[in-house]
Amino acid sequence: MSAPLLNPGVPFDGSWLDGLSQNQSAIERRTATLKTRRSVKKAHQAAWLLKAVSCIDLTTLHGDDTPGRVRRLCAKARNPIRKDLIEALGAESLNVTTGAVCVYHSMVETAVKALEGSNIPVAAVSTGFPACMAPIETRLAEIKASVAAGATEIDIVITRQFVLNERWQDLYDEVKAYREACGDAHMKAIISTGQLATHNNVAKASMVCMMAGSDFIKTSTGMESVNATLEVSLVMVRMIRKYYELTGFMVGFKPAGGISKAKDAIAYLVLIKEELGHDWLNPEMYRFGASSLLGDIERQLEHYVTGSYSAANRHPIA
Amino acid sequence: MSVTEIFNNMSYGNAPEGTAKADEWLAANKDGFSHYINGEWVQPAGGKRFKSTNPATGKQLAKLAQGNAADVDQAVKAAAKALPKWQKLGGHARARYLYALARLLQKHSRVFAVLESLDNGKPIRESRDIDIPLAVRHFYHHAGWAQLMESEFAGWQSVGVVGQVIPWNFPLLMLAWKIAPALAAGNTVVLKPAEYTSLTALKFAELCTEAGLPAGVVNIVTGDGETGAEIVKHEDIQKIAFTGSTDVGRLIKRETAGTGKKLTLELGGKSPFIVFDDADLDSTVEGLVDAIWFNQGQVCCAGSRLLVQESIADQMIAKIKARMAKLTVGDPLDKNTDVGAIVDPSQRKRIDALVKQGVEEGAELWQAEGCPDSGCFYPPTLLTDVEQCNTVASVEIFGPVLSVITFRTQQEAVSLANNSNYGLAASVWSENVNRALHVAPQLKAGVVWVNSTNQFDAACGFGGYKESGQGREGGKEGMYEYLKPVRDSKAKKEIDVVMPAAKASKAASGIPAIDQTAKMYIGGKQARPDSGNSITVVGADGTELGLVGEGTRKDIRNAVEAANGAAGWSKATAHNRAQILFYIAENLSYRAGEFATRLQASTGCSASNAKREVEASIERLFYYGAWADKYDGAVHQPPVRSVAIAMNEPLGVMGIGCPDSLPLLSMISMLAPAIAMGNRVVLAPSQAYPLIATDFYQILETSDVPAGVVNIVTGNRDELVKVMADHLQVEGLWYHGSESGSEMVELASVGNLKRTWVNQGIARDWFSNDEGQGKLFLQNATQVKNVWVPYGDAI
Repeated sequence: MSAPLLNPGVPFDGSWLDGLSQNQSAIERRTATLKTRRSVKKAHQAAWLLKAVSCIDLTTLHGDDTPGRVRRLCAKARNPIRKDLIEALGAESLNVTTGAVCVYHSMVETAVKALEGSNIPVAAVSTGFPACMAPIETRLAEIKASVAAGATEIDIVITRQFVLNERWQDLYDEVKAYREACGDAHMKAIISTGQLATHNNVAKASMVCMMAGSDFIKTSTGMESVNATLEVSLVMVRMIRKYYELTGFMVGFKPAGGISKAKDAIAYLVLIKEELGHDWLNPEMYRFGASSLLGDIERQLEHYVTGSYSAANRHPIA
Repeated sequence: MSVTEIFNNMSYGNAPEGTAKADEWLAANKDGFSHYINGEWVQPAGGKRFKSTNPATGKQLAKLAQGNAADVDQAVKAAAKALPKWQKLGGHARARYLYALARLLQKHSRVFAVLESLDNGKPIRESRDIDIPLAVRHFYHHAGWAQLMESEFAGWQSVGVVGQVIPWNFPLLMLAWKIAPALAAGNTVVLKPAEYTSLTALKFAELCTEAGLPAGVVNIVTGDGETGAEIVKHEDIQKIAFTGSTDVGRLIKRETAGTGKKLTLELGGKSPFIVFDDADLDSTVEGLVDAIWFNQGQVCCAGSRLLVQESIADQMIAKIKARMAKLTVGDPLDKNTDVGAIVDPSQRKRIDALVKQGVEEGAELWQAEGCPDSGCFYPPTLLTDVEQCNTVASVEIFGPVLSVITFRTQQEAVSLANNSNYGLAASVWSENVNRALHVAPQLKAGVVWVNSTNQFDAACGFGGYKESGQGREGGKEGMYEYLKPVRDSKAKKEIDVVMPAAKASKAASGIPAIDQTAKMYIGGKQARPDSGNSITVVGADGTELGLVGEGTRKDIRNAVEAANGAAGWSKATAHNRAQILFYIAENLSYRAGEFATRLQASTGCSASNAKREVEASIERLFYYGAWADKYDGAVHQPPVRSVAIAMNEPLGVMGIGCPDSLPLLSMISMLAPAIAMGNRVVLAPSQAYPLIATDFYQILETSDVPAGVVNIVTGNRDELVKVMADHLQVEGLWYHGSESGSEMVELASVGNLKRTWVNQGIARDWFSNDEGQGKLFLQNATQVKNVWVPYGDAI
């Protein structure tokens, strides 16, 4: 079962891309001080880290993924934190799982089966992930195949040249076509910030993807040389805010790639709380695309519970 | 709160900074702090102590010594005694002490940060991440200047004993800004911290001992304004450096007038924060947070006047309100606090009164919720619908209060920005680099931040235009404030010449010679004196040489008006100004013989001396023609991705009062650097030999000098100069004359705090290339503006 779609999109309007200038130095100052302006300690830190876990799209995207590997990942998604720790935190009632499991198309079926009864959605990366260089027909067919296989979330990639060459209408049409192919599945538009050259491009690409009906906008495939950063995330969440002001539609945000420390996760949650507000601090509106973040969070939670610093081998791997 | 509750509400919780080390130190001194004099703790001579409180709680933190005249005198004596050795130590040794202080400060940074927040009420994030690191950086940077003293400041020496009075808004940082350059340059110091916030200064005194700083080099006397006044008036202090209100700055300028004390003043402001329609508005709002809600708005350069383009004003105001709602106001020691406590209830009262007045005068008030009920707090405040005539558009509030004013065009933005008695800082927000860099030089402010705000660095000078102060702190220009030129000649008195009585003129016979009437020179035209009176000018032998107009205040008024209208000169290219100076020299050389004859007849000097003076004058014109396009600014490299462009800008309209000695050479030695740097001048020439100046305007007329750039008013020099000093449009005033005249100039200049440069009655060797010319003249003809330009547009 998918949650209702939040963003029906709007017709393309090029004037919405005017005046989206982003000042890089000012953006960097904001992100640098965000980390120092807010401090989350002790019980708050533990609760925030559990929240972070609930927002993780636990991901494996490798050529050597096998059903066995994906089943192990799904098992971890159901039980991300050791039961004794959850009990010690008094957090049993939260039934914390990860936000989703994210795989390639060929693993969707395995994942859906492994997660049966858990309410954990399966997300499929799609549309010729990560480069988006396959024919459009192939890409649309890939979306439909994954939806048919049971994926309720589709992480699409965009044609980067549309951004670099400012072909905004083409970008809109592409994403709109993806949106239609997704049907009831939620669509996360990956804009690959690391390949978009400027923050201005990030802002405009975000806006076009939202106009075309994306439910989430997502920073990166995880395969670019620069993936999620607080700076591009700040630009994107400000665009989400602007789109919300313009349309009243809430679009979710997913930074992906390079977020591997509990401390970083908290910085991202602070960013969301400060720039978008509490309504975005849940897995319906916010996700981390991450594979190794969970391990660090588990160790931090054990430290909170026991007072001793933890070790990786004490927690089941994904 | 349980983990599950927090999971659902995602609140931050409290994150208090520990105070154990600070508490321990305060407990150890619970009987009361003393003064730090000559390396020792000295009980207050008057036996009085006063309380220092934590503004967030109202609880007493410590008892501080109230300094009186005897304490100050003891401290000054210690500083004077320590001075010769400290000067002789040399740059490298002083560098090592400054380096040690920087290191020690860094090693104890946390306790300093905590003490600062306890004492001042500022958020721990700011004291930890901004105040203390900047203070440390200041000591490191100036350890460097000490090391480079002999090579970079050859020909300069330390001023002597320096008295420093600092404010409560950045207690340790202001101490660093004062002490580091003073020590680097070889001065010794008597410093008084603000009575609300003396704790970090006293803690710093401990570091001085720990660093092994020689006794008496740094002395710290605590107390209130009266203690400060004792420092200001102490006769054995050679320089006063003050940061604080413009009112007190004015008192200090008055008090030090005629004493020969060097003076730097860092005063108030009402700095504009200009937002154009093409700015990154979300980032601009964050800039505003740093501009006016940094340190509770208790910042001299706070961006307290938001000038926003009318087309985006509503959008901007909505964004500001949304952002204000996210500011946390409260416990300064909590790491999540954005806005802490106001330093003292008296300040809070003043802020509240001004806000109420602004509302009465038509402003619309909006305040964020969530301000604590107890303790000395004031909510972040937004005042919209503020017209330019509203009190809150012009008066410094020194609190977390932003006044919003709209503009239509770039030109209007600049006019509104400059429509202020202050000129400390400005921010310009636009994504158009052409626009930003066009606006920056037009703003009358010592610091301009492009797409940023409240950026500071030890390498970049900081200080104000107009009534925001004089002098700079930081950078090379800041070092000069603690130095004086080494002058070779013995200080001789400048003597005003008393001319002999005119001999009875012979009865006229035959056809009269054509009358030569020397007029004044105003706005590029020869002008008759407004008074309709003339003064007889006699030669050295008493022969009547002619008549000059008797200038009065109206002539000065007209001359200033003309100079003000010649603003194009300040924008002319430096090449153009150089060309004109060379051209003046050329035309003077054509008439060298005539001027020599006039000098001889007027002053009675020998023919060879007259010739020498004319030749030297021509060479001096060449000298400043040469400098006109070479006195460049600098590009600083602060430790962020930004350049800070230090521009040497002219003062504007300058008055010049000339001495009688070497009347042509001295006049040109003062006039040429002033106009070379782009100033427009009103000149009162030598009273005894005014015909030299009136002859000279004919040279000006033939040399393409634009109308109004040089204006000459003859008459009683000191009376004319007094009118210039009183005139609020005159931005700088040079005076070379008597000791009493110097005092008069400094006293009368307090009205608009104009930059004054006077000779204190000491003669200058105008023929000497060391004394009669040089960079000192150029420095006094300019003020430095630092334009910060951050850059970057690539992921």
